[in-house]
Amino acid sequence: MKITFDWLKDHLKTNLKEKNLLEQLTNVGLEVEGVQNLSSDKELFKVAKIIKTIKHPNADRLKVCDVDVGEKEFKKVVCGAANAVEGLITVYAPPGSIVPKNKTKLVVAKIRGVTSYGMLCSESELNLSDESDGIIELSSEYKKIIGKNYFSKSKSNLIDLSITPNRPDCLGIRGIARDLAASGFGKLIDFKKKKIKSNNIQPLKVKIKKEKNQGCSIFGSCLITDVKNTESPQWLKNKLISIGQKPISAIVDITNYVMFDLNRPLHAYDADKIEKGIIVRNSKSGEKFTALDNKDYKLEDGMCVISDHKGVLGLGGIIGGTRSGTELDTKNILLESAYFKPGSIRTTAKKLNLDTDAKFRFERGIDPLSIEDGLNNAAILIKEICGGKISKIDIQKIETHKTKIIKFDINLVEKIVGFKISTKEIFKILENLGFKFKKKKNFFELTVPSWRPDITQEIDIVEELVRISGYDKIRIIDPIKERKKSTLNKSQKLFHFLQRSIASKGYLEAITWSFTDSNYNNYFRDTKKEIKIVNPISKELDVLRNSIFSNLIIYMNKNLDRGFKDLSIYEIGPIFSGSKPGEQNTVVCGLSSGKKSRLSWIEKERNVDVFDVKKDVVQTLIEVGYKSEEFFIDNKTPNYYHPGKSGRLFLKKNADLVAAYFGEIHPNITKKIDMKTESLVGFEIFLDNLKLPAKTLNDQKNKFNVSDYQKSERDFAFVINKDVNAQDLINAIASVNQNLISNIRVFDVYEGDNIPKSQKSIAISVTIQSTEKTLNDNDLENINKLIIETVENKTGAKIRS
Amino acid sequence: MSDLKKIKDEILLKLKSKLKLSEVNQIKSDLFGKNGLVSSQFKKIGTIAETERKKFASELNVIKDELQDLINLKIQEIENEEIREKLQKEKIDITLPERPFVRGKIHPVSQTIDEISSIFSEIGFSVEEGPDVESEYNNFTALNTPENHPARDMHDTFYLDEKKEKLLRTHTSPVQIRTMLKDKPPFKIIAPGRTYRSDSDQTHAPMFHQVEGLHIDKDINMGHLKGCLNYFIKEFFELDKIKMRFRPSHFPFTEPSAEVDIGYEMKDGKIVIGEGNQWLEILGCGMVHPNVLRNVKVDPVKFQGYAFGMGIDRLAMLKYGINDLRAFFDCDYRWLNHFGFDPLDVPTNYRGLSR
Repeated sequence: MKITFDWLKDHLKTNLKEKNLLEQLTNVGLEVEGVQNLSSDKELFKVAKIIKTIKHPNADRLKVCDVDVGEKEFKKVVCGAANAVEGLITVYAPPGSIVPKNKTKLVVAKIRGVTSYGMLCSESELNLSDESDGIIELSSEYKKIIGKNYFSKSKSNLIDLSITPNRPDCLGIRGIARDLAASGFGKLIDFKKKKIKSNNIQPLKVKIKKEKNQGCSIFGSCLITDVKNTESPQWLKNKLISIGQKPISAIVDITNYVMFDLNRPLHAYDADKIEKGIIVRNSKSGEKFTALDNKDYKLEDGMCVISDHKGVLGLGGIIGGTRSGTELDTKNILLESAYFKPGSIRTTAKKLNLDTDAKFRFERGIDPLSIEDGLNNAAILIKEICGGKISKIDIQKIETHKTKIIKFDINLVEKIVGFKISTKEIFKILENLGFKFKKKKNFFELTVPSWRPDITQEIDIVEELVRISGYDKIRIIDPIKERKKSTLNKSQKLFHFLQRSIASKGYLEAITWSFTDSNYNNYFRDTKKEIKIVNPISKELDVLRNSIFSNLIIYMNKNLDRGFKDLSIYEIGPIFSGSKPGEQNTVVCGLSSGKKSRLSWIEKERNVDVFDVKKDVVQTLIEVGYKSEEFFIDNKTPNYYHPGKSGRLFLKKNADLVAAYFGEIHPNITKKIDMKTESLVGFEIFLDNLKLPAKTLNDQKNKFNVSDYQKSERDFAFVINKDVNAQDLINAIASVNQNLISNIRVFDVYEGDNIPKSQKSIAISVTIQSTEKTLNDNDLENINKLIIETVENKTGAKIRS
Repeated sequence: MSDLKKIKDEILLKLKSKLKLSEVNQIKSDLFGKNGLVSSQFKKIGTIAETERKKFASELNVIKDELQDLINLKIQEIENEEIREKLQKEKIDITLPERPFVRGKIHPVSQTIDEISSIFSEIGFSVEEGPDVESEYNNFTALNTPENHPARDMHDTFYLDEKKEKLLRTHTSPVQIRTMLKDKPPFKIIAPGRTYRSDSDQTHAPMFHQVEGLHIDKDINMGHLKGCLNYFIKEFFELDKIKMRFRPSHFPFTEPSAEVDIGYEMKDGKIVIGEGNQWLEILGCGMVHPNVLRNVKVDPVKFQGYAFGMGIDRLAMLKYGINDLRAFFDCDYRWLNHFGFDPLDVPTNYRGLSR
């Protein structure tokens, strides 16, 4: 909403300065978005006349114009507009002026070899409208003021307000003045009620059809005959220009003026083009009309239309149609002032994707009691400026406005806002805002002004009072430093721990979109359902991610393209399995590329491999508090992992839920995506599948139990079939005697000479120690034997002799 | 005895020359071995006349001790020399690089979430979460934003079905609804998380982060709200004093509603938070609307309180001098390294938020 202090003063008597105004507007909740000084950078723009044009010698589409700018000599200006013809009166911007649209400062410049002194302007360049096709064409009236300023001098700045959607009343200057007056910023000037004096009834029949979901409840109108539409007088033009509006013709300007002044939208029809009478009704599917934006609209069932006996004239409260629009030669005008229901307006405008000033106002709620004031004010102005005869006002309505009454207990104010406002002050504020009140036993009965559709209950009154009396009066009550409940629950603590645990292993944390490119998502979707976004922001972000890998790979690739080689990134966040709330899981997903110790003078470089990510996963889970001895790992992994070089980890054998996957990314994917790296490995830890460790740091730890008896280490080498896992050997050894066997390590895996082709040799070191005594040779020999026997029996391995 | 003295002199002479450890050991065994020169003298003690014996023995012992000391000294000398020579040889170029290491980082948004949680933890808020995919009801209707409310226009929403019943939450406020439906008052929670709007330009990203706050009890008023936010802002920016103002605004789910501005100024092209004559909007808040409380079956006559919501990414930008919102989600390795935090830098109450 754009306003000026000068216009405000039509409704507000005040001695205060603009600086105070800006502060006060913000204080009452009418946020000042910007202040623009229109006159200072616009006073250089002159009314000018093109005297002569010749074709530019070096450019087909350019002309060199001699322009009369009211000085002795004509200015030479190069112009490319098709409508720059001899005799045109337009707007001239001299060198030194700043073009409002793009803020460029004009200089004397050679354009294709011809010097141009300034520029002839289009409406869009002056921010008057979006019209950029050709330069401004001014009427012959401007002949008298060639060389004079096009923009009238105004000391009042343009103030841009951000009006919240609950305050339609402040979409009119008077509403803003009322709020300011209530807050003590001046006095609201009484509204001078004008009244049409006429004996003629409005002859055009208007009917609101009583239909289900009728969007119009009141339709007021009057007929003005024998008008002479013209340009608006200077005062009216200046008013509109002062708030950045472009004057069009007197009739349009007057309806706009009333709308900005009182937030009362009006519509003017060319009465001669209305066939028989007005019918306000619901549209039928397939009906068409051409709107004033020159677009054709095809309507659905149930949209509120203003029609005549021939068809649709316009969409009520949204946009008029070209068939009945007023023009400069319009003689008879039907002026409409109606009430359209916000919901109906919004539904229709959304379906047709239409946004107009009228729609913006009606969908927020127009004062239903402003219909006659709007007609009276506009009709009398039209008569003053365009002449003609006004009919009586005709009002059709199918519902009557119900005054809202609210029971209000003034004690609620202090209870909510925390400070006291005196009863006297409360009623002064409410009165100034237009409320009426009656005292009842324990409460007051408030009558809500008709222009405040937002006020429906007691709490709304509290807001009015604290808003007007000032938010700065709310006192600070310092918080008490007391905690009754733990800040994080167990799963949040786990999230936090995993997040930092992975980072501590050299991964950079990334945060990527929860959506991704379906092409990439398909690589990592496995058996999951694709979840499409109905209205994606771009083709590359069209689905919710089924895995974090898709995004990590996309960004990993970008970083590889930047010339980085050895990268480790991870993200902890949601992946989605369905489109219902809750069909999501939290995953920690990491990705590593390239080599370890690349170009190191001291360490041997090697590709990152599956055992790097296995280490990261296992170490992390141990750090969280799980027992690695209980982990169960196999090689059944989703199809985006290398089938031979990837693993699946369960916290316990026979657990149902996968704790983590890790492995090389499938070579098909890296090839298709064209990843330029020596190696690409990744992992996924599923937070929701981790049963929280039973023990926390809070619990007592196990008894500290160590043995000081001598321990001995024995090495074994077994030959087994290649398809037997090392884990099976370890499990077999561990099962022999848990009291005596404390540490089992694989220290060599060998395939090749001296070993049959289908077999491999695994060397294992076992630590044997008793908590009760030093084991003698005999004891050790027995355990040795038992280990060998057990392993051979359980796994089919043979001890290497 | 004179023999022995002669030997002693010879040995003395020998030990003065440069010897190897093995040579010294040879001398040692020549003297003190089973049949060594000194050992054999001791054997002789028994054969010497009783009158002489005592003197002989004591003289012999003196010489033996002397010789032993000399030899030990020599050995020490040689060993020292050997270590010295070894050290001389073992000198390396210590300016060569250390063994390679990698360093991970925590994303500034995660760090900021931890900072926020730590601050609110101190005054008794606990952390709640909600799903990213929400129902239209929880995201709008329950929050007093019915269908056809113009406030919905401010939320460009991503939908997951044609009926527009399932969507990506446009704010963290639906967590208020979930929390209040799940439990009984009082409520004192914050809810940080991802939020989504179909809006993308230099200053808007289709995904961003918000933190919601909710405090409902019997007597929580706007003074508590102001106090809570005043405390938070001071703690977050790690300042003793901060200029803050409450400005009336409108959100369908709070009444009265406010936007909160903090003072700032520009110094050398950098934003300095706290003082100054400029105002910067950082969050929206208000008293939870009675309609919202009714929607979650909380009696607005008995219970009341406040809610607030703020942009985490923007807070991080202000605190850490990050200019470009889009860069948060661009995953540029250099950016993550530059703005990321060491995983050991856990913001806590007792050690403070930052180093």
